[in-house]
Amino acid sequence: MTPFDFSIPINPSALTLEMLVAALGLGILILGIISPKGARSGLGWVSFLGLMGIIGVAITMWGQSGELLAGMYLLDNYALFWKITFMVAAALVILGNMRYVDKVGNQAEYYSLTIFATLGMMVMASAGDLMTLYLGLELMTIAFVILVCLRKTDNKSVEAGMKYILLAGMSSAVLLYGLSLLYGLTGSVIMLDISRIIAMQPVSPALVLALVMIIAGLGFKISAVPFHMWSPDVYEGAPTPVTSFLSMGSKAASFAIILRLFITALPGVWENWAMVIAILAGITIIIGNLVAMPQTNIKRLLAYSSIAQAGYIMVGMVTASEAGIKGVMFYAFLYVFATAGAFTVAAYFYNVTGSDELKDYAGLSQRSPLMAAVMLVALLSMAGIPPLAGFVGKFYLFKTIVDGYLWLVFIGLIMSMVSVYYYLRVALVMYRDEPKDPSPINVSGPVTVTLILTMLVTLIIGIYPGPLSEVVNSAAHSFFLH
Amino acid sequence: MLTISLTHYVVLSALLFSIGLFGVLTKRNAVAVLICIELMLNAVNINLVAFSKYITPLDFTGQIFSIFVITVAAAEVGVGLAIIIAIYRNRLTVDLDNFDWLKW
Repeated sequence: MTPFDFSIPINPSALTLEMLVAALGLGILILGIISPKGARSGLGWVSFLGLMGIIGVAITMWGQSGELLAGMYLLDNYALFWKITFMVAAALVILGNMRYVDKVGNQAEYYSLTIFATLGMMVMASAGDLMTLYLGLELMTIAFVILVCLRKTDNKSVEAGMKYILLAGMSSAVLLYGLSLLYGLTGSVIMLDISRIIAMQPVSPALVLALVMIIAGLGFKISAVPFHMWSPDVYEGAPTPVTSFLSMGSKAASFAIILRLFITALPGVWENWAMVIAILAGITIIIGNLVAMPQTNIKRLLAYSSIAQAGYIMVGMVTASEAGIKGVMFYAFLYVFATAGAFTVAAYFYNVTGSDELKDYAGLSQRSPLMAAVMLVALLSMAGIPPLAGFVGKFYLFKTIVDGYLWLVFIGLIMSMVSVYYYLRVALVMYRDEPKDPSPINVSGPVTVTLILTMLVTLIIGIYPGPLSEVVNSAAHSFFLH
Repeated sequence: MLTISLTHYVVLSALLFSIGLFGVLTKRNAVAVLICIELMLNAVNINLVAFSKYITPLDFTGQIFSIFVITVAAAEVGVGLAIIIAIYRNRLTVDLDNFDWLKW
């Protein structure tokens, strides 16, 4: 069956979520043009409530399965879980940063592009063929590039955008070349067909080249070492809400598509890529954590920490098993909350003080106990300290590789301990040092809600991971049913 | 007599891709880097169309893929040039060596 056989009936209700998100994004854009300038800060609430509504619709669709256009678009709990994760991430970013965006201006562009980036991620989560994969990826990337340069009179912001688009363009081209070789070798772009055909062929040098290029192209998106050089610069230069969404949404979506591509389309050559991924994960964990240590800018510190986190998540891919997929999804979900907490604090702090430097965080616990507590919980969760969610997540990830990759478990353990050093350094500055300017910071209503929500979720998943674990189990199980 | 086969197309595409990659890594002018990215994408298009003709002659998957690539590349260049204009207005240069406000 060819993908362009238009006699196959398409069930449009299968695309409900994507259509709703696209309509929301376009609606915000139109509202932004027709509403008076003073009323535009209300757009944040419209996008937040719209996203919450769509998340509600998504939850009612739990359990759906099927495919559109002969496997070009896959619908299952796996894709649905990721879609909900992306929308939750977008909603948290919007809720926590409305005042920051009002200060920058361009509300309509900001909110609609955030939603379009979310749409791109959702398309990636469902992509069942190489074309859909590429289109979702580029929709997300181009929306992000524009978001990164949102403060277009700020040189740092535009410079970050320039670096991002040049390197993203190059990595997309490398990825595409790999995908085109894959198409040439198998004669198909549908992942399920590719996996069938590849299993019958001997491993050729062209296939190895294709694998290398695909790993390099996608490794850039998840900022795996040695393809990570862009991320600290872009994270530092971009407006903080965008950095926050970039580090959780873009990374999670890239993991969603990497799992789909490697485990659905390329399981036949698993022994050729498993070791490469394991080694990349090890290097990423080591470099990310070591370079994070001397950082003095909070956004750069969080950037390197997120590189290290990507390394941990990659560990779950190595075995290409259901348990590994479960670990990746579990970790990605709680990573969204930890990152949202940390970056919301950073954005609000910048809003009040105009600084991203770590030394200015001195005495934050006296100026705003809530912000300091949220930052502390988020960082400790990323470090994997036991009662918090990060510990459970790391446990699920590393449990899958105990047989056969013990060295990677050791790297993960040792570097987790190393990471406690720089996470606690932030805590020390916040709690031990005396503030230079002791005036209290008043946290506005929506930000308080975001902060408390992220903190509670991180605590509750850590103490009581059962329900999320079951949801993730069901999602990981649906992955193999096509 | 020499006939053009799939190998010729693939070699051409590999050469074009290598030239583009080399340019991206060595050029210091932002516009030139964008052009080199276009070279890489066009190498991909040659690949896709050639595979479509020789490997799956009965359907057009590869050709349709390449149309998507061309469309997306146009969007990407549009954004890229807009950024270059914005940065030129602020800094009066498009030389990448000068963009060191953020540490590379």
